[in-house]
Amino acid sequence: MTPKVGSPPSAARTGVWVGMGAIAMAFAAYTSAMMVRREGAPDWHHFQLPSILYVNTVILLASSVALEAGRRRIGDDYEVGRAARAYLSLALGLGVAFLVGQILAWRDLAGQGLFLATNPASSFFYVFTAAHGLHLIGGLVALAYMLRRVRVAVGPGTYGALGAVALYWHFMDVLWLYLLGVLAVWL
Amino acid sequence: MTTVSTPPTVAHHHGPPTTFISKYVFSTDHKVIGKQYLGLALVAVTTGMVLSWYMRFHLAFPDAKAPGLGTITPEQYLQLMTMHGTIMVFFVLTTAPFAGFGNFFLPLHTGAEDMPFPHFNMMSFWVTLTAFLVLVAAFVVPEGPPLAGWTAYAPLSAVGSGSGPGEGTGQTLWAISIFIFCIGQLLGALNFICTVLDMRTKGLSLARLPYVTWAWFITSVIGLIAFSVLSSACVLLILDRVAGTSFFIPAGLVVNDRVLTHAGGSPLLWQHLFWFFGHPEVYIAILPGFGIISTILPAFARKPLLGPRVMIGCMAAIGFLSYTVWGHHMFLSGMNPTSAMGFSVPTLIITIPATIATLLWLGTLYGSKYRFTTAGLFCLGFISVFITGGLSGFFLAQPSIDTYLHATYFVVAHFHFVMAVAAIFGIFAGTYFWFPKMFGRMMNETLGKWHFALTFIGVYAVFMPMHYLGLAGNVRRYSSFPAEYMGQALPLHKWITIAALFTGAVQLIFLYNLIRSRFAGEQAPDNPWEATSLEWSTQSPPPWDNFGGRHLVVSHGPDEYGVQSPRGDYIMQTDPP
Amino acid sequence: MAKLFAALVAVITIVSTGIFVARTWWLPPDISVVGPSIDSQLVETMVAAGVLFVVSQLTLAVFVWRVSDEKKERPIRRFPGGATPLVVLATALVGVEVLTLSLVGSKIWYNTFLAPVPANALKVDVQAGQFAFYFRYPGPDGTFGTPHPDKIDEGGGNFFGLDPANDIDARDDIVTAELAVPVNRPVLLTMHAKDVIHSFYVPELRLQQDFVPGLVIPLHFTATQVAKTEIVCTQLCGLGHYNMKTYLEVMSQADFDKWLKDQAAAQ
Repeated sequence: MTPKVGSPPSAARTGVWVGMGAIAMAFAAYTSAMMVRREGAPDWHHFQLPSILYVNTVILLASSVALEAGRRRIGDDYEVGRAARAYLSLALGLGVAFLVGQILAWRDLAGQGLFLATNPASSFFYVFTAAHGLHLIGGLVALAYMLRRVRVAVGPGTYGALGAVALYWHFMDVLWLYLLGVLAVWL
Repeated sequence: MTTVSTPPTVAHHHGPPTTFISKYVFSTDHKVIGKQYLGLALVAVTTGMVLSWYMRFHLAFPDAKAPGLGTITPEQYLQLMTMHGTIMVFFVLTTAPFAGFGNFFLPLHTGAEDMPFPHFNMMSFWVTLTAFLVLVAAFVVPEGPPLAGWTAYAPLSAVGSGSGPGEGTGQTLWAISIFIFCIGQLLGALNFICTVLDMRTKGLSLARLPYVTWAWFITSVIGLIAFSVLSSACVLLILDRVAGTSFFIPAGLVVNDRVLTHAGGSPLLWQHLFWFFGHPEVYIAILPGFGIISTILPAFARKPLLGPRVMIGCMAAIGFLSYTVWGHHMFLSGMNPTSAMGFSVPTLIITIPATIATLLWLGTLYGSKYRFTTAGLFCLGFISVFITGGLSGFFLAQPSIDTYLHATYFVVAHFHFVMAVAAIFGIFAGTYFWFPKMFGRMMNETLGKWHFALTFIGVYAVFMPMHYLGLAGNVRRYSSFPAEYMGQALPLHKWITIAALFTGAVQLIFLYNLIRSRFAGEQAPDNPWEATSLEWSTQSPPPWDNFGGRHLVVSHGPDEYGVQSPRGDYIMQTDPP
Repeated sequence: MAKLFAALVAVITIVSTGIFVARTWWLPPDISVVGPSIDSQLVETMVAAGVLFVVSQLTLAVFVWRVSDEKKERPIRRFPGGATPLVVLATALVGVEVLTLSLVGSKIWYNTFLAPVPANALKVDVQAGQFAFYFRYPGPDGTFGTPHPDKIDEGGGNFFGLDPANDIDARDDIVTAELAVPVNRPVLLTMHAKDVIHSFYVPELRLQQDFVPGLVIPLHFTATQVAKTEIVCTQLCGLGHYNMKTYLEVMSQADFDKWLKDQAAAQ
């Protein structure tokens, strides 16, 4: 059976960069919407961000570290040892933990009576975190898929694809840090 | 640690698809996907055109019963208009010249076997088709499709069914459909960009890419930014409609005798987000046409394009400038009047690359040995109609003149000339040029020439009079005109309607030619037009892996025409140096 | 076929330009202070565009005609000078045109939308809603009462949602369905939208402006002739959009004063 080779590494990375550009523009649009809305509104109510968000941030950053640790433990001959797989699984688990933490943050807000349509600030909080979460789920699916593939066969194509997924994952971090900043300062 | 690099031309190694489903339905072959997009565009343009016939019929004969609809009510007219615009802009002008021809020919132009992400590519078509089905579902929901225009300004589009028939479920379906459409186009743009950057065969530098390939690349970059922003806008609109948020809805609105509880939103925010997408969108519609004309004109002129790098520069400049002008749709919208001048200047400046491009085409035509095939004729027709459409933009770009002409038929004339005529002429040119390669058969040239001549006369007959109506102050988006209003305009409206029905009927010649040639056309050789780019160095139609496993080496630019060679008067890109 | 195309282009160009020049369908006479400058800007643009239209289309037609003779064996000729003169020509020509039009146009734009409103302007409050315009004059006290959306009662004629019982300023407000103004006097409209975006368009005034929900937009003009013209809505607002119109009556000051007294009596 002919081994299935993935997309050429350079194309996969270019693809992720292109995707990152699109996602960045979508969030730029949400950001400018928030800025416009905030300026014109007499009904803007600032609220304290749930503190669990900062815990979640650490979890997400840790997942990136784990992902890199796992990726770099793949041998020169593309051999994926138990250590590498463990780190990759850890990254996946931490990613899931982040999402759980985000849902807890939502429940915290709901407990304070802040829902999607309560006021414009809460609207944007939910829109930003939901949009980020959805894109993160996409990254989780990709990561889970890569975890399965490194079990089956590795080669330069798979390694390159894993690198592209890692790049996307780190972008989710950067995006989250940006959103956290925007929410903390502007909301 | 290092990775071993794989030769960039190898996308994947797999055998050809064998089952019916994998060959024709869920195919990852870019050629099949391209044809699927073109098929979708054909269905969409027929639907959109029929909708416009009903609109024109009602405008000319307001009390008459339209076939199948009876007397058209004001809301029905607006619903027809909304769906006409939405279907044409999204599912015809973005799909055919860009996703349709682009998917089929981009990998061929780069010498690749396929795009780098074939599954995403397949998804992009099925996602786009889903968007189309969601949109036309609005025809069958109880209150029918939305009536807020393809521009869906809030609060009309945001407050729900109270603001008018079709503003309930219909408008929500519209917003969902457009959101889904954005996702589909982003998946496609991703593939286009990566193919151009990473999958070019040996010797094919960026400078040697055909102009149309550059156009698809630039269009993809524009689309990447534009569709992302539109997707966000659609999400916010959907939330306003179904979740009680107030992104676009201010306080104190009284709709249908009810005071709404929304507060603090900004209708202008929707316009800014929408037009930030909307203006680049119209360049997404026309730039592939620029590319197609720049590629086909030299082939039939038998000489290279005048100013090759200038042309690419013009397309890139237009792409870049397209992001600086969106406010020219909003001069009178209530935004700060000072910003109007800020948007007017770049709008006028965009005239410069557009003018240069037109002059370059004319300069290429000069002194040529032009072959007046149907495709060649549509190129020349494109130049004429693009000049007409572009010049009317000159008026609208100036805020002080726009104060009078805004929302009149002058605007309708302008955008139809550039989009409904010029962009469509680009699609026709591409069809007649590439049909032999795509289907292995020639289209009938006699039918093609009749199609061209009658369509050329028809489009001028339909859209030129609209300038006059606009100058007289005839407002657009009116479902009918009471007798005292614009009394002198009614005869002109009747003329336009008859011309529109005539021009629509002429397209049956094209449709017939298309279908008949597909099954009974003369067999096409590999290179019937003696053209130079890579698609002409393979069979008609190309085999499943495009080049039969060959790794092409490119030694020439894309328009080496008018040079002595063993072939005659041209050198193909793959010929030896 | 080629010669036919060239002939078609030429005929279409000449006929359509002729109709523009003949002004068979044209702007109505202007009755506004800014009208003459807008019209001259429009005519200048039309001349420039018209010249470019005729020259470029006829160039296309001539070029096509000249290369249409397929029998003659002719060497291929490159455009003299190549691309550079065309780039320079286009940039210079269009650049100059753009600069001129922008400079002149910005002055007109300023006068229409940015210039300060004279102090003696007649103030009229305007509300647009599905599918009618209503106007409000401030009455002898010179101030407008506060509108309340929840008090709007169209059936009862309270279009602005005024509360005369509790609001002194509202008691003498004069609400009308048509806009009357005195000739040669500046008028300042304050525009509100009740439900969705509408627009105010009077072709004879060369004036147009959207009503935006959530914003109060000022618009001023001075009418220079006694006339009765239509005010129409130009921003798609729903199924009644095509019929959403009223009248502007420009009257002498004396006639206007009488009209206003009659309207006040009918409140």
